[in-house]
Amino acid sequence: MSCAVHATGLTYAYPNGQPGLRGVDLHVTHGERVAVLGPNGAGKTTLMLHLNGLLAGEGALEVAGLDVTRKALHELRLRVGVVFQDPDDQLFMPTVEEDVAFGPLNMGLDRAEIAARVAESLATVRMEGAAERAPFQLSMGERRRVAIATVLAMRPHLLILDEPSANLDPRSRRELLDVLESIDRTMLLTTHDLPLAAELCERTVIMSAGRVVADGPSDEILADAALLAEHDLELPAGFDLSRIERRPRPPQAVPRAAATAACP
Amino acid sequence: MAITLIAVTTPLAAWPVFVACAVVLGAIAAAARIPPRAIWRRARFVLPLVLFVAVFVPFLRPGGTAYELGPLTVYEDGLAVLAAVALKATTGTIGAVLLATTTTFPAVLRALESLYVPRLFVLIAAFMYRYLFVIVEEVGRMRAALSSRGYRPRNALQAAAIGRMSSALFLRTYARGERVYLAMQARGYRGEMPQLVPLTFGRGDVAFVALVLLALVPLRVIAA
Repeated sequence: MSCAVHATGLTYAYPNGQPGLRGVDLHVTHGERVAVLGPNGAGKTTLMLHLNGLLAGEGALEVAGLDVTRKALHELRLRVGVVFQDPDDQLFMPTVEEDVAFGPLNMGLDRAEIAARVAESLATVRMEGAAERAPFQLSMGERRRVAIATVLAMRPHLLILDEPSANLDPRSRRELLDVLESIDRTMLLTTHDLPLAAELCERTVIMSAGRVVADGPSDEILADAALLAEHDLELPAGFDLSRIERRPRPPQAVPRAAATAACP
Repeated sequence: MAITLIAVTTPLAAWPVFVACAVVLGAIAAAARIPPRAIWRRARFVLPLVLFVAVFVPFLRPGGTAYELGPLTVYEDGLAVLAAVALKATTGTIGAVLLATTTTFPAVLRALESLYVPRLFVLIAAFMYRYLFVIVEEVGRMRAALSSRGYRPRNALQAAAIGRMSSALFLRTYARGERVYLAMQARGYRGEMPQLVPLTFGRGDVAFVALVLLALVPLRVIAA
């Protein structure tokens, strides 16, 4: 088994004929954290949906050791966790606890294991006290973190986040960043938040008009102002990339052991 | 629910049953430490609506002794119906209020499920409960957007914007439904809703139901 993504010539057109992806080549290996940047409409979200088999385009796609075909869909969805952009879409059960348990229940785990996973993933996102609460009683930042917990409870090999820092105030964004930094998984996130990409991910990919147009170390890509401007991206004024400190990964977090065992 | 059922099936002549129902409801409220004012606050929204319908019955239903009341005629049978409806409605409403104050909505959902209400209905109720607030917020935002651009409908033609707003709301809600379904699929949903905690109908609950029934059923049978 692997946690890698291998997309070659991935093409997708929406039902109305509008092209979403025009030949995406992307290879992500185990343990990487990759930020996918790009202007609105570049195909970032479309690509994310492909990685979980929610959309099916043309071309070769292998995710987490599975060829993405109809037969492999269920297995694929258990291995790949997608956190959607709007937590109100992701949290659909009446209480937080039931929502976090939704994925593990679909995996057919026994009750003790499910309870342990719910507690563990809520603790990882620092929302231990919220199990009995209803999603609409939570703040946006809290909803976002619970949305991440719903996916972590399935212990995915690969974590995909769509615009994780959208609509968050600075403090909620900081808390989210701390949570994401503590999660040791192969991670792919789309964002317009370039500082978030710089702080969290060592590798950055830029997509534009359905293609990957740049791919390299975050420090190089984000320092190339001309390249960013060409694709309607821009670091905040006065942002100093050299002062970003990427915190070292947690050396021996529990999920790490599970992930490494599954991914040689 | 059992209390409501008993109250609804009781004829007016068997008034002791209503007294018993009231006593049991009072006891439940006391046991759950719900102050009467809280019950009144919730019940006052529902009760007037129910009673409003009943108020006209005495004037419209001929039968029994007739009393002249100014230009109107009041019939005795009608009065009896009014009294019965009022008593039954009050009992039912207070019962429902007690349920709502002592039980969270998710627990009610689980209870419905264990009462063999079809899963589809329970599921629909659960999603309604979850997304009602989201949709209400959305409507609030749209209304704010309308009025912040000076929208102040003064005649029927200008109300067309409301129609467009509701169609936009429908489309947005529909799109959200699609996204929610994607999110469900992404976590391995295959058309079958898994259940986390089957509601435990413990010994305490059995004792409680037995006690309530024991207090009311014999009386109902005797009074009939």
